Amino acid sequence: MTTDVAASAGRTGGDPGRPAGPAAGGDAATSRRRRRILGAQPLGILFSAPYLAFVVVVFAWPIVFAVWMSFQDYFFAAPGAEVDRPFVGFDNYVTVLTDPDVWQAFGNVGIFLLINVPLTVILSIVLATALDRIVHARTFFRVSYYLPYVTASVAVVSVWLFLFARNGLVNNVLGPLAPDPSWLVNSSLAMPTIALFVTWKGLGFYILLYLAALQNVPKELYESVAVDGGGRVRQFFSVTVPGVRPATLLVVLLSTITGANLFTEPYLLTGGGGPNGASTSPVLLIYQRGIEQGNPDVAAAIGVILIVFVLILAAIQRKLVGGDES
Amino acid sequence: MRRRIILAAAAAAGALTLTACGGGGGGSAGDGMDSRGDITIWYSNNEAEIAWGEQMVEAWNAEHPDEQIKAQEIPAGASSEEVIGAAITAGNAPCLIFNTSPAAVPQFQKQGGLVNLSEFEDGEDYITQRSGDIAEQYRSEDGGFYQMPWKSNPVMIFYNKAMFAQAGLDPENPPLGTYDEFLATARTLKQAGVAQYAINPAPTSEFFQSWFDFYPLYAAQTGGTLLVEDGAATFDSEDGRAVAEFWRTLYEEQLAGQEQYQGDAFADGYAAMAIVGPWAISVYGEDVDWGAVPVPTQDGTAPDETWTFSDAKNVGLYTACENKATAWDVLKFATSEEQDGIWLEETGQMPLRQNLTDTYSDYFEANPAYQQFGDQASRTVEVPNVQNSVEIWQAFRDGYSESVIFGEVPVDEFLSDTAARIGELAAGS
Repeated sequence: MTTDVAASAGRTGGDPGRPAGPAAGGDAATSRRRRRILGAQPLGILFSAPYLAFVVVVFAWPIVFAVWMSFQDYFFAAPGAEVDRPFVGFDNYVTVLTDPDVWQAFGNVGIFLLINVPLTVILSIVLATALDRIVHARTFFRVSYYLPYVTASVAVVSVWLFLFARNGLVNNVLGPLAPDPSWLVNSSLAMPTIALFVTWKGLGFYILLYLAALQNVPKELYESVAVDGGGRVRQFFSVTVPGVRPATLLVVLLSTITGANLFTEPYLLTGGGGPNGASTSPVLLIYQRGIEQGNPDVAAAIGVILIVFVLILAAIQRKLVGGDES
Repeated sequence: MRRRIILAAAAAAGALTLTACGGGGGGSAGDGMDSRGDITIWYSNNEAEIAWGEQMVEAWNAEHPDEQIKAQEIPAGASSEEVIGAAITAGNAPCLIFNTSPAAVPQFQKQGGLVNLSEFEDGEDYITQRSGDIAEQYRSEDGGFYQMPWKSNPVMIFYNKAMFAQAGLDPENPPLGTYDEFLATARTLKQAGVAQYAINPAPTSEFFQSWFDFYPLYAAQTGGTLLVEDGAATFDSEDGRAVAEFWRTLYEEQLAGQEQYQGDAFADGYAAMAIVGPWAISVYGEDVDWGAVPVPTQDGTAPDETWTFSDAKNVGLYTACENKATAWDVLKFATSEEQDGIWLEETGQMPLRQNLTDTYSDYFEANPAYQQFGDQASRTVEVPNVQNSVEIWQAFRDGYSESVIFGEVPVDEFLSDTAARIGELAAGS
């Protein structure tokens, strides 16, 4: 719409008092050139410049640099140190793709996402719907769900370590049903336990998103379903779920992106990705390879593959969940 | 509009990439070797080391008004090594860091961040005369010293005397010399229910954790063999197998815990024994009635012949330093006989100095608890000073964890596979 108006202004604009002629034609050409460079709304560039600069410095530059690093034999060096960083083609990618630890880490994060994303969507939409309807203690409940989200992982990890330890509260409650080895040192259960932790911790934020989306669902639709004899469950599936579809797409994408970047929880909860790498995430591996072991070129290659992995996942999710939005 | 944005982004990306390619510039490691002036140093952030650092700086500054030291604690970070690595890359590392991990030295050296101390006229002599034969472990592959061997915390077995007495064991002469004795003692402790575990070294996956379970016992069992020697892993051997099987038994019988413990398991009474160095003496203080013995070997070794892991921290002189001559003088001052004595008094950690117990005989007479650590300090092994050091230890830890701690892979398979992998890493691949 804006483009049409601008194009129209371009065709008919100019000083109405100035006679048409070669000079006017020159002005028009300059104006067209300026518009081609600066666009129809030059002020817009000015307004968006700070954020654009931020994106370039904080996101674009590191990504470009990481891609470049992934094709070099690169390591961090002191300024002025004479070091050789030759172009190595796809060597770093070959190293990464033939490293079983990398495949294990991507498999781990796949398990994590399979548990975390659906659980986040289901729990947050159900709880948001419930919180939207309750009358008493509404603020208390909203704050209760939001509190874990704003609390640092470092602070709550100790509590979970206590809960899920061999002699912890959970195993004491389960009694003979307690797993052996215990949750966080069990190769099959470590990642699902982390997924549960992250779901619980992030729930408050996603509930807020759904609560905001629920305010835009027309109340008349609920009344229509009620008039047609639909109960609460029918209302939920026929009105609420389709009504908050854009929010669902956002929740799915955000939880996937943050989940793929999992680091703090395996670093702290399972002591660096244990047991035997069963909870190592790609980002934890990037940290180990790039920072601890001094191989930022290999770490960059893992990072680039992770970006592609997340983009593919996001595209699939957008197709599956987005509906008309996609 | 979209085309313009794409073009602009591509241009910016190209420019940034070219900038990245052209990074670098500035001085070299050799700059400022004769320069004098003010310098900055970093030291560790624990109370005792700060006290020593402050007095050392005060003593130096009083005598050298034109070459003042500005000191601070190492900035907070996930680990000192990460902070130092970042400072090297940024070009703002201080002149001296009194907490440089030997395991990180090969990496810092590769980064061009460390000065070769052997390049100072008296560098080689000063280091070898102060530390004796033990200094050789800190020599880099190119023959130079990129770190000043400074202080060690030779690890030994600490045990809780009260728990031992409660379990019916002799608290003054506990049977912990051989593997069989150690295992029998551990079983007795467990059966008596005096603690959750007999011993509880951190079972987590960080690369350095093997320095406090496998490596001290391996050093003792082999009489001072490093994990990697002459470019090859040494542990795929009868000795390596004996140590690994010993720990495997402890985990299998749940005499040692597979879960990380939040806090100090020994101080909290969660475990009856621990593997730690003399720094712990001041920490446990009066709270725990402890004793200490050398780490066990398969058939038992006399204490005065037992080796262990050093848990040393050294001093690095960094290339970003403008006044390296002053920094070198400060380094010699801080590791002088007088300052090493004050260090010992303040921290209880052992200066990496030959004839330690003779040099500070008064101190060890007055503090008998430290005597055996002073004696042990002369028989310590360091982490191998080879390229890919951290990667080597991570590979070892991963294999050890899978096999010894969790029993998912036979010990023999772990030893042979991990030794092969570490051989490749040590060779630079």
